[in-house]
Amino acid sequence: MENLVTTMAGNFGGITGYIYPNEYELHWQLLIVIYPYLTGLVAGAFILASLERLFRVNELQPVYRLSLLTALSFMIVAPLPLLAHLGHPERSFEMFLTPHVQSAMAMFGFVYGWYLMVVLLLEIWLDYRRDIVLFGREKKGISKYFYKFLSLGFSDISDKSLLFDDKLGRFITIIGIPSAFLLHGYVGFIFGSVKANPWWGSVLMPIVFLFSAIVSGIALMILVYMVSSLFRWKQMKMACLNKLAEFLIYAMIVDFSLELLDFIHRLYQSEESISILSDMISSRLFVSLIVTQILLGTILPLVSLISARFGKFPDELKRMLYFIAAILVQVGIFSTRWNVVIGGQLFSKSLRGLTFYKIELFGLEGLLITIALLILPLVILYVLVKVLPPWSDVVADQTQSQTQPN
Amino acid sequence: MIDNNNKPVNRRGFLGSCSRFIAAGLGAISVFKFGGSLWGQENGQYNPAEHNYAMGIDVHKCIGCGRCADACKRENDVTREPYYFRTWVERYVIPSEGETVVDSPNGGIDGFPETVDKNDVLRTFFVPKLCNHCSNPPCVQVCPVGATFASRDGVVLVDEKYCVGCRYCIQACPYGARYFHPESKTADKCTFCYHRITKGLPPACVEVCPTHARVFGEIGQLSSPLRRFVRFNDLTVLKPWLNTKPKVYYAGADGEVR
Repeated sequence: MENLVTTMAGNFGGITGYIYPNEYELHWQLLIVIYPYLTGLVAGAFILASLERLFRVNELQPVYRLSLLTALSFMIVAPLPLLAHLGHPERSFEMFLTPHVQSAMAMFGFVYGWYLMVVLLLEIWLDYRRDIVLFGREKKGISKYFYKFLSLGFSDISDKSLLFDDKLGRFITIIGIPSAFLLHGYVGFIFGSVKANPWWGSVLMPIVFLFSAIVSGIALMILVYMVSSLFRWKQMKMACLNKLAEFLIYAMIVDFSLELLDFIHRLYQSEESISILSDMISSRLFVSLIVTQILLGTILPLVSLISARFGKFPDELKRMLYFIAAILVQVGIFSTRWNVVIGGQLFSKSLRGLTFYKIELFGLEGLLITIALLILPLVILYVLVKVLPPWSDVVADQTQSQTQPN
Repeated sequence: MIDNNNKPVNRRGFLGSCSRFIAAGLGAISVFKFGGSLWGQENGQYNPAEHNYAMGIDVHKCIGCGRCADACKRENDVTREPYYFRTWVERYVIPSEGETVVDSPNGGIDGFPETVDKNDVLRTFFVPKLCNHCSNPPCVQVCPVGATFASRDGVVLVDEKYCVGCRYCIQACPYGARYFHPESKTADKCTFCYHRITKGLPPACVEVCPTHARVFGEIGQLSSPLRRFVRFNDLTVLKPWLNTKPKVYYAGADGEVR
């Protein structure tokens, strides 16, 4: 804190115009940037999995379970940046015990709890129950009991029972899609409902958040699928990759159109905030908005995806283009979150000046913690994949002798 | 008419007795009716439902001495660093040509240095700022645990023992009136010096203002100085289009003030 203040005191050159005295310190920093980024990945990965299940997009079958596990890994980490950012994390439980129902933020716990416990965990468990029961029979030692515990005592894997699992799973997926929409649309609402802030206060915010979530989730699954296939020395299924790229293109076009609409709408309405927001875009946010979000994070990957998907290239080149595009999309979506959260605080609510943000390296809101929180879901995913292998070939190999594979 | 001493009562004496009787009766009634609340206040039985506080600010009277901002920091243990204020004073300099220049160095506590050539100045004035104690407060709406609340006497307060420190209220305040207290790690803001007003004392900023630019009181109370202020001035509130319904009323504030 002291460092921050000293830095600011010695850096008045970074402030232009007039800002209210209480605005020198940015109240939501890096941790709040990664919170919507992580929840977006959760919602996106889950919606992708649901597409496969509900609409029977068979090409996506190789990433169905992987998407569910990815959503779970990121979901487990999603509340951590929020918790770390609180002034009194030990009081966070008050949000559950005595929530203030008018507050958008108070609903976080309930939306999160509903999504994690009712939708995600239940769907994964139903989908894996057969495998868990089989693992419980095959494995030796502690892992045997571990899988027996995971099965929660439901060891019946007769066709009738599995059919029931499938029906229930499908029902939960149907509930799950609006829930995933709710989860991330709600995160957008937290920002969009702040009327004090003209950069945030937009009715489009929840919808933009939702579509950017779908974009980031699909791009993440392209990366996870490609990297996991490389590590497993397995051939990637081009049909799956092509389908992922296709959905990514559609989602990006909708997302970009919505953001463009928001931008044009603001320009055309030309409210009193337009002058300071234009100043901010052309100075403070130029790199993160114009360069990384729009050029590098949207237009370049869109061009590369469209040309790879619909052009006549060898598979090797297609894969490379998909991979690069997926990474760029992640950079772009992270920039989107940055531009919303940090951008919303770089101008004064007096609409007379701009402030600046200097990332701290150490400390709870620092760069290192942020990087750790971005890596943690991947570690969790690694463990989850070991415990519950999402690859159909692994399960089939191990259970061939006992039952017919799916 | 004959009295006990068999002295005749003249008209002057009769009217005198009557007026004494009426005065004594009225005195007794007023003590019975209003004295209760005064005593109650002294005995710690302050009844918030009987009050609805607000503040008036006369921009024409403010000389930008910054004593209010200083007194506030002393009274409420606000960190002395220039990034934490419950109240501060802004200076508006409208030049003959060009954009209005606004500043508030250290909230106005150390005075305002000359920044613009006097000959170029068309108009200049000072505007004290503080929490507007809105009747429709966005900060209260967003608090996830209800730690920020509007009290029954119309003051928006923060329960520092309950605040989780999420800072959503700071984001939701359109006036920049809230800050994050670096020691308590909770949101903090002007309380109208709640510890003083509930004892019948004015807020510290009002008490020290040498020009009576700040007027504190209750609009609903006929005897309140705020009543007179509201009656005899053309008033405005800050950012009225946001429908926050502020209870800090400005007299003489320019359209440039936001």
